[in-house]
Amino acid sequence: MIYDLIVIGGGPAGLAAASAAHDAGSREILVLERDERLGGILNQCIHNGFGLHTFKEELTGPEYAQRYIDILTGKGIEYKTDTMVLDISSDKDTLIKTVTAVSGSDGLTVYSAYAVVLAMGCRERSRGALNIPGYRPAGIFSAGTAQRLVNIEGYLPGRRVVILGSGDIGLIMARRMTLEGAKVLACAELMPYSGGLKRNIVQCLDDFGIPLLLSHTVTEIRGKERVTGVVISEVGEDRKPIPGTERFYECDTLLLSVGLLPENELSKELGTEISPVTGGPVVSESFETSVPGVFAAGNVLHVHDLVDFVSEEAAAAGAHAAAFAAELKDRAGAPDTELRDRGIEITFDGGPRYTVPQFINPAHVSGPVKVRFRVGSVLKNRVVKVLFDGNCVLSKKRNVMAPGEMEELLLKEELFAGNRGLKEIRISVEEESV
Amino acid sequence: MSELKSGHRVLTCINCPLGCTLDVEIADGEVVRVTGNTCKRGEVYGRKEVTNPTRIVTSSVFVSGSSTGARTVSCKTASDVPKDKIFDVIDAVRGVTVPCPVHIGDVIVPDAAGCGVDVIATKEVF
Repeated sequence: MIYDLIVIGGGPAGLAAASAAHDAGSREILVLERDERLGGILNQCIHNGFGLHTFKEELTGPEYAQRYIDILTGKGIEYKTDTMVLDISSDKDTLIKTVTAVSGSDGLTVYSAYAVVLAMGCRERSRGALNIPGYRPAGIFSAGTAQRLVNIEGYLPGRRVVILGSGDIGLIMARRMTLEGAKVLACAELMPYSGGLKRNIVQCLDDFGIPLLLSHTVTEIRGKERVTGVVISEVGEDRKPIPGTERFYECDTLLLSVGLLPENELSKELGTEISPVTGGPVVSESFETSVPGVFAAGNVLHVHDLVDFVSEEAAAAGAHAAAFAAELKDRAGAPDTELRDRGIEITFDGGPRYTVPQFINPAHVSGPVKVRFRVGSVLKNRVVKVLFDGNCVLSKKRNVMAPGEMEELLLKEELFAGNRGLKEIRISVEEESV
Repeated sequence: MSELKSGHRVLTCINCPLGCTLDVEIADGEVVRVTGNTCKRGEVYGRKEVTNPTRIVTSSVFVSGSSTGARTVSCKTASDVPKDKIFDVIDAVRGVTVPCPVHIGDVIVPDAAGCGVDVIATKEVF
């Protein structure tokens, strides 16, 4: 059989994509998840604050996941856990996708589908990627590993802790380990601003008197068998350590919360174009990658701050994937390549580092298009403008924009209706004129 | 904290990325003035945070008899509790083991730390 849609990953993005695809008419949907249960990283995010946008209430991660799992099972959508996808390929003539997966119960299995949604999420940046010198003692964990150990396995990985990086998981773990009896000495952040949400700085650090050291980094890890301490130095504007500012912190544990990277090994093998900025596939307004009929959403596409926005984005991707599958099925293997023209590349200046989607084809727009982006530094008193062929069609005042908080612009369908021949879409961030 | 009767409390507003530094002026245990905020939400937050700061507390406890090999179930206070009770709530759930199956909403510890708030399960564990 050929599935309408196969969703790679059963985390928040995969669950929302599958559910929305079902709503859009797909019936043969398969979700493949490598962990033993659906829900992805939400299962270990036991803190609250999820779902304010989606469900209008504050849920914990596992509760948020369960809402979607219940929706999925309620619709009778097929899923397989403990199943690792090894390879995805797309026939260039028929556009039929082949997904190769392995599991303990089914062995090696090959599935076919008209459309695929990539929803593999992201992975933590590791110590190896940071090049911190020193021995390799026990006691160095990524914040997410520590989170799993404490919240799922029930182990406390250390008693005296320093955290490098101020990403949200590190901040959340500063609180969690403090509550479980550990002493968190400091959170060191290389940049002059935090990478985490304000709310987490206040409720995870300030509430417990944990200092946030901005423009600081770990310059030495001491200990051979186990971490015995770290040296933290202040850094200058060039982000290089300033000699003479070294300070020793006696600790047994170092947590790394230094960024998340979209997990795109499968996407790269498949041949999707990857953005060097986001680390995720380049997509159109339909969240379609450069491989026709392969869609992407959630943290595999670009790392989000809030799961609610992952769900929203993935639902849009799922609906578009369902539409693609229906169309391809109708054409019985004779896809209209004309339809797959991805359109205009969104350009930007004055602050954004990237946009998602990267392309919009005005002729394909059905419904509002959300353009999300992040800025590269803290910007105050700005106006964000959307220019169609140089004409401002949307203008939004922003008091402050920070790299740690994703921005979004809602482009209404009507904007494109009279602009089918559009040549340029530009997002311009300008200083507010006084 | 509420013990402050007079003087100033300096806070960071959490409502948006602006993160205004709020100065809350207190006299005789009452909030007299909030300054440093750029919008109304900042004032509301400043007043609440000084007079009655509350938090949802989350944790996890051990389970027994899981058919899936699970070791823990996550839990939370069913509503927010006074900020100065956070550690008391954590102490009340520490060392607790609950038998499987556990369902979302099951009471793990009733009336934790005398706050009048139950600690309830937030995950389905079989």
